[in-house]
Amino acid sequence: MTRRSLLSRLAGLWIVPVVLVLWELATRFAEQPYFPSPSSIAVRIQELWFSGPLSRVLLTDDAIDAFAPSLGRLFAGWILASLAGILLGVAIGRSAKLADYLDPMLQFGRAIPPPLLVPIFFALFQIGTATQLAIIVFGVIWPVLLNTADGCRTVDRQYLETARVFGFTRTDVLWRVVLPAATPKIFAGLRLSLSLALILMVVSELIGSTSGIGYGLLTAQQNFLFVDVWAYIVLLGVLGFLLNASFLLLEGRILAWHHRARRTI
Amino acid sequence: MLELVDLTHRYGTYHAIDRINLTVKQGEVVCVVGPSGCGKSTLLRSIAGLIKPTGGAVLLDGRPVESTPDNLAVVFQDYSRSLYPWLSALANVGLPLRRRGMSRKARDEAAMAALTEVGLGAAAGKFPWEMSGGMQQRVSIARALAYRPSLLLMDEPFGSVDAQTREELEDLVLRVCAHHGMTILLITHDVDESVYVGDRVVVLSKAPGHVVGDLTVDLPGPRDQIRTRELDAFVKLRADVGRMVRGMSARRFDNGMTHEVETR
Ligand SMILES: Nc1ncnc2c1ncn2[C@@H]1O[C@H](COP(=O)(O)OP(=O)(O)OP(=O)(O)O)[C@@H](O)[C@H]1O
Ligand SMILES: [Mg+2]
Repeated sequence: MTRRSLLSRLAGLWIVPVVLVLWELATRFAEQPYFPSPSSIAVRIQELWFSGPLSRVLLTDDAIDAFAPSLGRLFAGWILASLAGILLGVAIGRSAKLADYLDPMLQFGRAIPPPLLVPIFFALFQIGTATQLAIIVFGVIWPVLLNTADGCRTVDRQYLETARVFGFTRTDVLWRVVLPAATPKIFAGLRLSLSLALILMVVSELIGSTSGIGYGLLTAQQNFLFVDVWAYIVLLGVLGFLLNASFLLLEGRILAWHHRARRTI
Repeated sequence: MLELVDLTHRYGTYHAIDRINLTVKQGEVVCVVGPSGCGKSTLLRSIAGLIKPTGGAVLLDGRPVESTPDNLAVVFQDYSRSLYPWLSALANVGLPLRRRGMSRKARDEAAMAALTEVGLGAAAGKFPWEMSGGMQQRVSIARALAYRPSLLLMDEPFGSVDAQTREELEDLVLRVCAHHGMTILLITHDVDESVYVGDRVVVLSKAPGHVVGDLTVDLPGPRDQIRTRELDAFVKLRADVGRMVRGMSARRFDNGMTHEVETR
């Protein structure tokens, strides 16, 4: 990120307080139980999760009980899907034959909304962590897989010809040419998957779970605790934002050559 | 060592090169000159096994070349895309040396030595996208020289550097190749350079390219940028090659048929 783009991004943040104020005014004016004011939501968030002891960075027991299993599922699912997606994607991207064989299946699998497969996963793994992971993995593997395959298929011809002329071994071609050349696309896939993983984490907890953020959201809803419901929604939004921001930070380091090469050309 | 027999290539219906016959001896430096678009790069890519020619054969040490030959190095015309942007200059030069069974340290040293020879010792840590075109071209030359191939193919390797650097690089290539007994095929559009660098100069016609002249350059070695270029023999040869190349473009307005041109 250049300094200029960082500054202009920060400058764009003026919209946040404006929206908050408008939201506050609108909810106070309307006095609807379904739409609590942002200030009451903020207070509730603090009560629920951030009024714990300092030694635990203010996190309450509730917060730890809700966040830990959710984040565990989120990352476990995302990492599993990423590994599998990259592995399969490389195989498909490097072998036209494999791509021809698998393409119809991939298109079929990709078109299925993962929640529809929930009954099948239940039958396979019973209710529990395995099912929840299966839902997440199945839902988020596609962007990684397809982007990796695309990235490996579209490596600049001259890069491969150079490797061929100098007699690189197959492993060197894969690790030192194809994979680095494909990283920008692989990372785009990983980022998309991460945001999808958050959504599917909630979905998986709504269906078969007794812990986590999704479960908490569902319980609050069933007990008509609207402020709590909104607290969960805001929490998910912030979590999504943080995940994306950390990912971008990591990507900026690993793909420095890519971003900087692009800028100078 | 290298033999081209009736080498012909068509891109679809487009006829790029036409029945090229050429024999290059071990340790010889052969320069190929010809007008733009006459199929020089096509010729080089056929030898490197990067395209399969539609006719004729490429023989290396008497055996037909089916895929990319071993112990080959190429300096590509499109040098900027032949360096890996995720690697520093040093790593780019060192990467091909992995298969030479050298240790990491030995590879870095060899790469550093090659970069120093092309005048980029101080830029070893730079990435390709931090370098000018001429610097990238020199990294690409350093990579080829460090690899110590038995056959070196160069496609207009000095096109983006200034005259002074160009002369230094010409001498460097000649020196390294003489020392290690490499065979070189160098493509250029600079008549002067072809006579200075080559033991032989091969002139191609306009497309579809075929050999219209094959001159032996028998100038006394080692070559020297100033003295060699002063020699009467050099001046005469340069005029001969120049006439052939020019002859090609002058005939462009004829009926477009191929012409047999005398060799001298
Ligand atoms: N992949 C390709 N497909 C179709 N036509 C091609 C292809 N590559 C080259 N050609 C054509 O073949 C002809 C010869 O190309 P080539 O690159 O060998 O010329 P060249 O002699 O190297 O030219 P220059 O001196 O400009 O580099 C050109 O007319 C070009 O348009
Ligand atoms: Mg060319």
